[in-house]
Amino acid sequence: MSEVEQVHFTEQRLAEIDALVKKYPSARSALLPVLHMAQEDFGYLPMHVQQLVADTLGLRLMIVREVVTFYTMFREHETGKYRLEVCTNAGCMLNGADELVQHITKSLGINVGETTSDGMFTVTEVECAGACAGAPVVQINNEYHEKVDASYMDAFITKVSSSEEGGQV
Amino acid sequence: MISSDPKQVKAICFDRIHLEGQTGLEVARKNGAYKFLPTVLKDFDSDHIVDEVKKSGLRGRGGAGFPTGLKWSFVPRNTGKPTYLLCNADEGEPGTFKDRDIMRFDPHLLIEGMIMAGFALGVKDAYIYIRGEFLHEANVMDAAIDEAYAANLLGENILSTDFSMNLTVHRGAGAYICGEETALIESLEGRPGRPRFKPPFPAVEGFYRCPTVVNNVETLATVPAILEFGGDWHAEIGVPNNTGMKIFSVSGHVNKPGNYEVPMGTSLKVLIEEYCGGLQHGTVPKVIIPGGSSTPWLTAEHYDTPLTYDAMMKAGSMLGSGAIIVMDETADLIALTRRLAHFYAHESCGQCTPCREGTGWLERTMNRVEAGQGCKKDVEVLNDAAEHMAGRTICALADGASAPILSLLKHFPEIVEERLMENAE
Repeated sequence: MSEVEQVHFTEQRLAEIDALVKKYPSARSALLPVLHMAQEDFGYLPMHVQQLVADTLGLRLMIVREVVTFYTMFREHETGKYRLEVCTNAGCMLNGADELVQHITKSLGINVGETTSDGMFTVTEVECAGACAGAPVVQINNEYHEKVDASYMDAFITKVSSSEEGGQV
Repeated sequence: MISSDPKQVKAICFDRIHLEGQTGLEVARKNGAYKFLPTVLKDFDSDHIVDEVKKSGLRGRGGAGFPTGLKWSFVPRNTGKPTYLLCNADEGEPGTFKDRDIMRFDPHLLIEGMIMAGFALGVKDAYIYIRGEFLHEANVMDAAIDEAYAANLLGENILSTDFSMNLTVHRGAGAYICGEETALIESLEGRPGRPRFKPPFPAVEGFYRCPTVVNNVETLATVPAILEFGGDWHAEIGVPNNTGMKIFSVSGHVNKPGNYEVPMGTSLKVLIEEYCGGLQHGTVPKVIIPGGSSTPWLTAEHYDTPLTYDAMMKAGSMLGSGAIIVMDETADLIALTRRLAHFYAHESCGQCTPCREGTGWLERTMNRVEAGQGCKKDVEVLNDAAEHMAGRTICALADGASAPILSLLKHFPEIVEERLMENAE
């Protein structure tokens, strides 16, 4: 890495973090929530963002890295604009989740874990979402979609793709 | 409304759940939320509350079934350290989705339960550790907590009493292991969720080495009714040693999957046939996982088992969190077992060798068996690995990982054999 990108939290975010830290016996407890905030602000958590979080909370980078790499919701790499996270654990599997994954990846022309070349969609398989009555469950950018089938996903993909082309999103 | 006659009780945690606008404080109050709280804060003391909860027979609804009152009584008094109350809303056990409904539909019930529990335990700071994926639920809880602060139900001098308590929602970030109480504490301290050795138990040394009580959402949501109607009232619901109502999350091959709150002791068959609209195919389930994916499987012969901690144990399984995964004749048990093996390998925190290595062995072997590349010796490998994991680690994840494998081999050896024979030909 020749040049390290400089990033900052906004003043408003810093005030939020200050208030958050006061809710815990130690600033370190705020690490997971602040990483969530950083991910929301910067899209994912590359090394320089992890360094920013470490500096903001007065922690060593290693402490932050250890947490980022342990928890699956923290992403070190850029993903597509829409993350399609299909639960394929027991309840969803028994209700067609594997077939749904096959359908989505086939229609987008990618494999699980990959992003479409236009940077729009990333497809992953995730563990039990805790919403098994709505199996199969697909989380799209942190929002739950339940009882999802192939036509629902087709409609979603068509909808966001076309509005994207029209520059509306 | 919850009936004061224990025989007439239809719901406790879900009593108000279907009422429109219940997430807002005004509607919640109109429907009875916080009605009994002033009495508790002004007329009850800590010993009385712990005694009522003990008398109620309430057992932890998160999975272990440990008596709640007894857990509370382990907290040492006057240590000079703060006591913390943590609500376990991590809800990650495959098949479990009950706490989500309490939080998104009746957040004030959980807040009220936590205020009462916090008051009994002398807590100043309480936290709800909610799984990271439940963003919507965390937002609903946050909004309800803001309203509660504004109404003097949280914060300094609650309802003008001497009792003050803060409540904070804390999101996890996608790690099943954080549902284990000591891993949850580690995570809340800003670390990877690696379970701690016990003892010391959290009641003595938990969050930042201070006395800490960790209770499940459903457990805490039951507290307001117990204090209002009395421990004896609660003990009359259900069956002895397995008292009260319980929410069962039913998923898989049933016609009406969902959460059903029923008296403890209702039979599995009644729940599935009368509440869940029966099976998608056929009349008798092939496999029932009664308490989340970590609990041993039951088969048709145990279809009549009452839903109690004791009866499930007698049948060779566990009631767990009440997450019932039902499979009819169409289920591919080898694929399902392989999928669960992947889950446990993915979620092992890695600190204990038998689990870190064992879950990998189980997954790789199941991959092979499912793909038709297995050999007869693989049955031995699976049995051997599973048996050398369970009970040999800090937490119970390894036991959970073994359960599906050992269940498959015990109840359906012929299916595995058949798959291996296909390969031999």
